[in-house]
Amino acid sequence: MSTPVALPDEELEYKVPPKSAGIRRFIRVFFGRKVVLVGAIIILLLFITAIFAPWLAPHNPYSQDYSAVIAKPSAKYWFGTDTLGRDVLSRIIYASRTTIIIGFFAIFVASIIGMSLGLLAGYMGGWVNTVIMRFIDAMMNFPMMLFALLLAAVLGGGMVNLIIALGIGMIPPYCRLMCGQALTIKENDYVLAARTLRASPMHVMLKHVAPNAFPPLIVMMTMQIGQTIMAEAGLSFLGVGIKPPGASWGAMASDGYKYLLINPYYAMIPGLVIMMVVFAFNMVGDGLRDALDPRLRGTL
Amino acid sequence: MPGDPILAYISSDDYVRITSTEQMDAMRVKYGLDKPLIVQYYQWIERIALHGDFGRSIFWDTTVLQEIKRALPISLVFGAISWVISHTIGILLGTMTAIRRGKWADTLITTVGNLMITIPGFWAAILLIYVFGLWLNWLPIQGWVAPWDDFWGSWKYMVMPLFCVAIMPAGGSIRQTRSTMLEVIRQDYVRTAWAKGLSERRIIFYHVLKNGLLPVVTLIGMSIPQIFGGQILIETIFNIPGMGRLATAATFAFDYNIMQGLSLIMCSVVVVSNLVVDVLYGWLDPRIHYE
Repeated sequence: MSTPVALPDEELEYKVPPKSAGIRRFIRVFFGRKVVLVGAIIILLLFITAIFAPWLAPHNPYSQDYSAVIAKPSAKYWFGTDTLGRDVLSRIIYASRTTIIIGFFAIFVASIIGMSLGLLAGYMGGWVNTVIMRFIDAMMNFPMMLFALLLAAVLGGGMVNLIIALGIGMIPPYCRLMCGQALTIKENDYVLAARTLRASPMHVMLKHVAPNAFPPLIVMMTMQIGQTIMAEAGLSFLGVGIKPPGASWGAMASDGYKYLLINPYYAMIPGLVIMMVVFAFNMVGDGLRDALDPRLRGTL
Repeated sequence: MPGDPILAYISSDDYVRITSTEQMDAMRVKYGLDKPLIVQYYQWIERIALHGDFGRSIFWDTTVLQEIKRALPISLVFGAISWVISHTIGILLGTMTAIRRGKWADTLITTVGNLMITIPGFWAAILLIYVFGLWLNWLPIQGWVAPWDDFWGSWKYMVMPLFCVAIMPAGGSIRQTRSTMLEVIRQDYVRTAWAKGLSERRIIFYHVLKNGLLPVVTLIGMSIPQIFGGQILIETIFNIPGMGRLATAATFAFDYNIMQGLSLIMCSVVVVSNLVVDVLYGWLDPRIHYE
């Protein structure tokens, strides 16, 4: 035993890979699959569309042209017009704003509440865990769509209420995932070390447990954006979502459904757009999962 | 609360002869809507717990239990069929992709599975209605005939709605089965089985499927609320008189009694079916014990 064990091994320190290797590996794995790249491009285009909607839209989404009502696609109106003679393409472009705002904010609400509850339940354990997790179990059994439908109906539609309804409905998976993560992470030695240094539970939870629990949660958030967009479209299709004259893809499909025989394009095109966007978010979620933590394959 | 059920009721059609405020107030008293919300809620729980009484529908001239008794069997049959179909397809195709990993069958089915979880149910419904209902004129675009009334006549009404409800859970099932199967195929005991010279069929059915299906069973249980949720939209579009259409109709009529009763029953159904899945899980995997 000539060399003291506690001394740092110089050679070992030398071999620690530079931090940028992780990022490079992330990019290589993330964009390794073509379909993920396609998804990322679609999402990028979606954001560009939403931000530059007034410049991109060929017509005013609210102005009505009574000479062309429920018109089929033409040179002037690429995707046709709706029942009030409004340009469908422009309304789809403007509705991308609705979609992004509702998708992201609902996930934001759900993940903030869900993650806080899950962190508390997992780290504190005991009766806190029992109370929170039993409550979440009860929520899990409530079909999300029914929950959002009832809540949106009671609150009365509109963008903010839709965000609240969808956000609350999607809390359980975040809470459960975070709780599971916290349960594993709190057994680590660095948590014990922090507690030995008399760090408060709040400090340990926020500075040590939460950051290490994050990767799978990010993956889940990305994947759920697609589900949220679909749920929003479903609620708007039923008529409890965005209020007219605001544009929403689901509401447009619902409107077009009534005139399916006259102009099938009006109902089909918004649905296709929803599909494309949901597909993009799902694929980017898959890519993120593979790049951040390959062990998660199949569990999310 | 926004939305007055009494206003929704008196404005529903011309036959309702309630015009004065006194009559409306009398109706509010009749349904207990004049009391504070918390009192209404307490009375609702008390009625159910003590008398099993779910109250009367405000909008329709029936009791809540009558409405649910009519709607629940339809939704249960419909949901159960789509549940079985989606997971049968999911497990079969998912296993196939895992076994033929990297081959064209894998690429094709994985892509289809990824597309299946992105198709909004209502859009699939619109597409099918347009193609098979309006264009080809093969299938009725709405309505419902129960299998216990006319078994051979009912499938025509069921096939399109079933497809729309089952498509998303089936896609999820394909993805989930594929990844768990891939995990199991890599295990040592599968290599041992190959080394023993067992046939591929035997390895897949006895060694891979048996172990790989366990995580899938969890997903199968979790898809029950998803299928119920999907039914809300599809039943409304295809005009199937089940729980989903009742939920939508009650929502627009602000019929709180129906909404509460329906939520309670639907959640109970989910809880019971999850319990069944959990028991099944314990039976499939002897390592699991429930205390």
